[in-house]
Amino acid sequence: MAEKKVIEREDVVVKFVGDSGDGMQLTGTLFSDAAALAGNDLATFPDYPAEIRAPHNTVAGVSGFQVHIGKTKIHSSGDMCDVLVAMNPASLRSNMKWAKLGATIIIDVDSFEEDAIKKAGYTSNPLEDGSLSQYNLIKAPITSITRESIKELSSETKVADRSRNMFALGIVNYLFSRNLEDVKHFIDKKFNKKPQVAQINKVVLEAGYNFADTIEALESQITVAPAQMEKGKYRNITGNIATAWGLLAASEKSGRPLFLGSYPITPATEILIELAKHKSLGAKVFQAEDEIAGICSAIGASFAGSMACTTTSGPGLSLKSEAMGLAVITELPLVIVDVQRGGPSTGLPTKSEQSDLYQALFGRNGEAPMIVIAASSPANCFYYAFETAKLSMEHMTPAILLTDGYLGNGSELFRIPKMSDLPEIHPPICEPNDTNFKPYRRDPATLARKWALPGTEGLRHRIGGLEKENIMGTVSTDPQNHELMTQMRSEKVKRVANYIPEQKVIGEECGDLLVISWGGTEGAVKTAVEAIQSQGKKVSMAHFNYIMPLPKNTGNILKNFKKIVVCELNAGQFVNYLRMEFPQFNYKQFNKVQGLPFVTNELVDKFNQILEEK
Amino acid sequence: MAIERSSVELKKEDFVSDQMVKWCPGCGGHAILSSVANVFPKIGYRKENFVLVSGIGCSSRFPYYVNTYGFHGIHGRANAIATGVKIANPHLSVWIATGDGDSMAIGGNHFIHIIRRNVDVNIMLFNNQIYGLTKGQYSPTSPMGAVTKTSPYGTIEHPFNPGELILGAQGTFFARAVDTNPKLMTEVMFAAAQHDGTSVVEILENCVIFNDKAHVQITAKDLREDHQVLLRNGEPILFGKDNKKGIRLNGTRLEVVEIGVNGITVDDILVHDQYQQDPGIHLMLAKMAPPHFPVAMGVIRAAMYPTYDDLVEDQIDEVKKTSKIRCVDDLLNSGDVWEIE
Repeated sequence: MAEKKVIEREDVVVKFVGDSGDGMQLTGTLFSDAAALAGNDLATFPDYPAEIRAPHNTVAGVSGFQVHIGKTKIHSSGDMCDVLVAMNPASLRSNMKWAKLGATIIIDVDSFEEDAIKKAGYTSNPLEDGSLSQYNLIKAPITSITRESIKELSSETKVADRSRNMFALGIVNYLFSRNLEDVKHFIDKKFNKKPQVAQINKVVLEAGYNFADTIEALESQITVAPAQMEKGKYRNITGNIATAWGLLAASEKSGRPLFLGSYPITPATEILIELAKHKSLGAKVFQAEDEIAGICSAIGASFAGSMACTTTSGPGLSLKSEAMGLAVITELPLVIVDVQRGGPSTGLPTKSEQSDLYQALFGRNGEAPMIVIAASSPANCFYYAFETAKLSMEHMTPAILLTDGYLGNGSELFRIPKMSDLPEIHPPICEPNDTNFKPYRRDPATLARKWALPGTEGLRHRIGGLEKENIMGTVSTDPQNHELMTQMRSEKVKRVANYIPEQKVIGEECGDLLVISWGGTEGAVKTAVEAIQSQGKKVSMAHFNYIMPLPKNTGNILKNFKKIVVCELNAGQFVNYLRMEFPQFNYKQFNKVQGLPFVTNELVDKFNQILEEK
Repeated sequence: MAIERSSVELKKEDFVSDQMVKWCPGCGGHAILSSVANVFPKIGYRKENFVLVSGIGCSSRFPYYVNTYGFHGIHGRANAIATGVKIANPHLSVWIATGDGDSMAIGGNHFIHIIRRNVDVNIMLFNNQIYGLTKGQYSPTSPMGAVTKTSPYGTIEHPFNPGELILGAQGTFFARAVDTNPKLMTEVMFAAAQHDGTSVVEILENCVIFNDKAHVQITAKDLREDHQVLLRNGEPILFGKDNKKGIRLNGTRLEVVEIGVNGITVDDILVHDQYQQDPGIHLMLAKMAPPHFPVAMGVIRAAMYPTYDDLVEDQIDEVKKTSKIRCVDDLLNSGDVWEIE
């Protein structure tokens, strides 16, 4: 065998695509976990259809998993891929648009049968019609060699075909000059109760690796050196798991037991699943009969003294609206997590969007303000979930954490914090027999009322959805009192601005263009801003995580730039919110409502276009 | 779950709130309120351990009128809110005041699920067969043909019999009383408090304004002996003047028989067993209605099953025994973790 050339790369995007039963999620996870162990920084994103098993070999049934690894800081799961693994014609057809020109494309040539090619919507065989001539195409007989390689372990073709994904993974491991030990370790862990399955997968993995080592088609190997990472302990984490753990951390810090009332909904369900595991931490997880019972049980639990949460996605948030108002008027802490997806209605359940912002800010009857916070990377879901719970409890008001499907299902490396390094949380629990206690007597600084827990001596009181008299808390329809209470609830949320960090600017404090983004688009927008900054343009970026209230210095930042553009994955909700809050500025906007993340090029093009405009 | 008892003897006054009761004069709510204030001291828990939760409707103003911890919720959601209260703190005695609109219509889903789960709460279902707070529209328990503001030509809906719904949802406790009989109300509320699990007390309530004499077929002086039967556990089900009538199980059906007629003796009469697990006979008793049967009053069913909130605690205790994850630091460092020096 000839020595193969080794190419060093700063970062690489690999995408695994196949039929939804082909095991692409597992393949991608194994690859990224091994890359993490090898020291790369990384971000991942699974892209799967809403149907569990759409018709075989159709474009509708294509499931994918994208991994972005690098020796430098990775901000997002990447736009276009350098390596595309396509297990059937349909997955190739639907993903070619994401392959860089010249990308390495690995296909299972056995799957390119006439029927499958036609079903994928091709009019001619792409392997023969020259349409792939500008790519490095690796035609691997994955199905046939896989079957052959496990002949001695199993005679069933079904068993063999289920492990085809490992053959592809073997090829990719060879391509990245990775040894197989880490992957095998993860396979053993994954199938620790099914040793035979583990064995078959490992054999096929090796067969794929050896195949790649042998063929002439692979002229070079790629290496991505370990990233220079801050010292510490690391793990890979998805946004949904990080959210669940952030809530558990806030519960431990505050001493308030965690209660979750939730109803399964894509893409938020993993938070419910994760929290249900942690009974040893005292988490009480209630799978309610519907979204409304999810939030209402949480409100009941909050009244009784739990750190109460409810988790959902857009349509579920709509159902919770009335109860959110109840939490506002009873002034109880409550964490509402909305993992946004494409809307309206059922919309695009498995695709990501930022279009619930209006709903989070305004979607309730009456004057019903609440804290709104948005996480911006899978790992920082941990910190923002913690922060949302902290602010909610300390200020005695419900608070919404916005994430999205892209953050929730995506993963990245997470530097593990020590609990002792996280800030303290001090809920304003009322002491027994506090003679000063009145249901709506407030802390003069925060305007938070006291949390008086049922069972406590000397604090019996009634609260509820009817307007209450200031301080005393009895039912009141007095016009002046209603206006006063409305102002109090609003002012209480506004004053949270005194307890959150100032808004940061990435780049110079003044310049030609300020790029504004919020929530889950941080990685993509930062990549584009860094690209345009490296061209010497006077462009800075402000990425918002605190939405309601906005950081106090927001207006001061905006006034230092000639132009402002707000980028978001909706039709323009944050930009209109800024127009409302700071009407003195001119805002341009860049919006995308395709259920897809931003890609670098479209952002850079837009920024250049705005810079050139007179 | 054990609820701490009061170290001092409590009185009715301990539970009277300083709020003006704003129900209409003559409303059945006043009698129910008085029964609750009578029964809470008897139950004997610390007064701070009572929590009253309600939804929306005339019934749901209840928490304001009792001096306990109280939560006045939103329409239909009392049962969901109370579920959260009880799971969060099983050492509280949780009471729900709800009505036929709140729990049979807008909150029907929460009602059947709290019962199915057997959360240890006490539901007082005020059934006046009408929407009072919104001024007189028919409810899911209004009899077929009822003329109301929204059914000027009579309803064309089959009403729910709450007992049937409760037992269908695997209810473990169901009792019935009328607002004109405070002694029985107090008695069944006490029994409800004794029961571990979801107990539902249906109170047939009059609405003087929008549905006056709603239950007159059962409560009228000249009719009640024949149209009500008070169930007593372990006793034959007898009613009527001088207890001359009884309920007999004939094959798979109940029938009304007269003692002394056709050789019938007390020994032929069905003996009430409120504790039996099989809800078959309880269902038949709950469904009894005039003209052919009397309406069953008292405790119809009180079967023993594990409660949801106990199971929650048991599971947590069990998992804590074996889990290696004892704090969030353990969790953060579990699974695949590596160190970068």
